[in-house]
Amino acid sequence: MAGITIEKIEKTFGATTVLRDVSLDIADGEFLTLLGPSGCGKSTLLRILAGLEVQTGGSVAIGDRVVDGVRPKLRDVAMVFQSYALYPHMTVQENMSVPLRMRRLSNWQRLPLIGRFLPGSKAVAAEIENEVMRTAKALGIGHLLGRKPGQLSGGQRQRVAVGRAMVRQAAVFLMDEPLSNLDAKLRVQMRAEIKELHKRLGVTFVYVTHDQSEAMTMSDRVAVMLDGELLQVAPPQEIYADPDDRRVAEFIGSPKINILDAKMHENGLASMAGTAFAVRAPIARGSSLSIGIRPEAFHLVDSHGVNILTGAVRLVEHMGSDLFVHLDVPGGDHPVVARLLAERAPQISSGQTLHLGVKPERLLLFAADGKRIRPHGQLGATVVRMKERLQ
Amino acid sequence: MSTQHVAPPSAILRHAVLLITGALILIPFVWMVSLSIKPPGEIFRASFSFWPAQFYGVENYNKALTSSPLPRYMLNGLFVCATILSLQVAVCAPAAYALAKLNFPGRNLLFALVLIALLLPHEVLALPLFILGYKVGILNTYAALIFPYVVSPFGIFLFRQFFKTIPDDVVHAAKLDGFSELAIVWRIMVPMALPAIIAFGIFSVVSHWNSLFWPLIAVRDQDLMPPPLGIMAFKNEEAGNDYGPLMAATTVVVLPLIIAFLLAQRWFVEGLTSGATK
Ligand SMILES: Nc1ncnc2c1ncn2[C@@H]1O[C@H](COP(=O)(O)OP(=O)(O)OP(=O)(O)O)[C@@H](O)[C@H]1O
Ligand SMILES: [Mg+2]
Repeated sequence: MAGITIEKIEKTFGATTVLRDVSLDIADGEFLTLLGPSGCGKSTLLRILAGLEVQTGGSVAIGDRVVDGVRPKLRDVAMVFQSYALYPHMTVQENMSVPLRMRRLSNWQRLPLIGRFLPGSKAVAAEIENEVMRTAKALGIGHLLGRKPGQLSGGQRQRVAVGRAMVRQAAVFLMDEPLSNLDAKLRVQMRAEIKELHKRLGVTFVYVTHDQSEAMTMSDRVAVMLDGELLQVAPPQEIYADPDDRRVAEFIGSPKINILDAKMHENGLASMAGTAFAVRAPIARGSSLSIGIRPEAFHLVDSHGVNILTGAVRLVEHMGSDLFVHLDVPGGDHPVVARLLAERAPQISSGQTLHLGVKPERLLLFAADGKRIRPHGQLGATVVRMKERLQ
Repeated sequence: MSTQHVAPPSAILRHAVLLITGALILIPFVWMVSLSIKPPGEIFRASFSFWPAQFYGVENYNKALTSSPLPRYMLNGLFVCATILSLQVAVCAPAAYALAKLNFPGRNLLFALVLIALLLPHEVLALPLFILGYKVGILNTYAALIFPYVVSPFGIFLFRQFFKTIPDDVVHAAKLDGFSELAIVWRIMVPMALPAIIAFGIFSVVSHWNSLFWPLIAVRDQDLMPPPLGIMAFKNEEAGNDYGPLMAATTVVVLPLIIAFLLAQRWFVEGLTSGATK
């Protein structure tokens, strides 16, 4: 049982900085997801946690122990690799028993041929075999123990990789995009199984993915990472509804959030896309800002007015229960995408003029540097939680 | 019906070239075998026939095996080749692992040195090695035949290239599982690189089994001679111009290589690295 404390981790490869000032507290038994686009440094951070890569600066503690400079074997972490990294010359049974054999048998007992006859090794070997069998059965690969990885399908290999990490019963479980090469159906199924596994083992999980639906469905908290920086760490719902940064808002959500340029005028009004929006935030007159509106924040209204976008429909996509309406608005380079309930908006056709209203509280304001601007007196949920914790 | 079954002219040409090249390489061997079963009188006949008019194989092979210490030469060759190969793998695999997978200052320089060593023909080193062998006092022993070949730049280069293709993740997984660096070399890398190691083994055994130049310099004692040197001695001392037994002896010397090669062939075909990753 162990939480993880990551403090000010830096990592550079030559001249390129891959991780900057990454600090993160992961609670014991938490399911934390590192979410970010390809190449942002997720795997690098995971390898630093496992001790496979040495950080340039900063420190990592697992449980109460600072593990900088501690060898991977001694860190009590198990890892499922992005590429599975099975040993191709060993059977599934051998692949899964290696971590146990390396820990429970002495050097002499591991020797081929002779090792088997040394005192005690028989009992330990039988015990290992039992545990491997049990884990394999739990993962539904009990019948594959005699095969080599080359004779398995992608999904089966993935299970073997999970199994090899599971038999260890480590305090921390690191998973690096384990589902990225499975087909869509299997991915959804494995998502549920991994979640189930987390519940059953009750240990700390750090799960890496670039797939936001995995992050949103599985995690207790999501850490959004971009270009080697942690932008926000929060529960999935909060990451979606209350982003701290424009880049987080843009990365999370599908279809993507609409971001429009706006200019602040007097008496709390901002002009954007040919309309005025009521903005309750401490912003200086004349300054420019960006306003983010989630596609589902729009609702149909009859006529033009304050807080209402008006434009010509470019395209309508029917998605069953929902409609995605692409709307050309004045001054925007991209069409605005609105997600409307199909039954509320039955007859929309392209070319038609449409009025879409937004409640003021659903506007997400971002300053020119991308930081979120919150309405008067309102603090970010993350800040609120931190304050509560301090009191 | 369809043109698919008729080979295009380019394919015919390609096969013709291959067949002719193959024949050119094979002819001396066929000749060798043919001579080894002919009586002396037939060897210098103007007309060529593979099969002799009078089968003289038993006498030739008998003379080859009894009038010279051919079995002894063969055992020497076996011992020397096996020792060289085991030591080479023992040295090359860890060295190649370090060059391929470990990060340390000077790694590129060391690899450049390996490449330079790869370019030097071994004969260039014969004189310094001879003097070194003399100073150490191992000339005219098995050690003299073995030590110059223990570090093989070619082996290091070949293994390193192969180890490079093994994903880092596999090495990382092994470290997490608790393997030491040396255990990673022997339990993970070498088994995964088996095709490369067998290919290297064939090169190594063939070249040292056939090597004449260095043994000629390094040993004088007949009891230490590897097969080619032995045959040369045999030619000078015993057989003179008696080509029948000489060819029988060469056939016997070449035979183990051919058998070993045929046995090892299947390893080339089999893919051993599949399945490590997704
Ligand atoms: N050994 C290395 N030497 C130099 N650069 C490296 C090294 N390892 C990683 N990088 C760089 O660090 C950055 C982050 O790599 P990393 O593998 O952590 O990305 P990732 O977030 O896991 O991406 P993906 O989702 O594609 O796996 C990349 O730009 C990569 O090129
Ligand atoms: Mg990665």
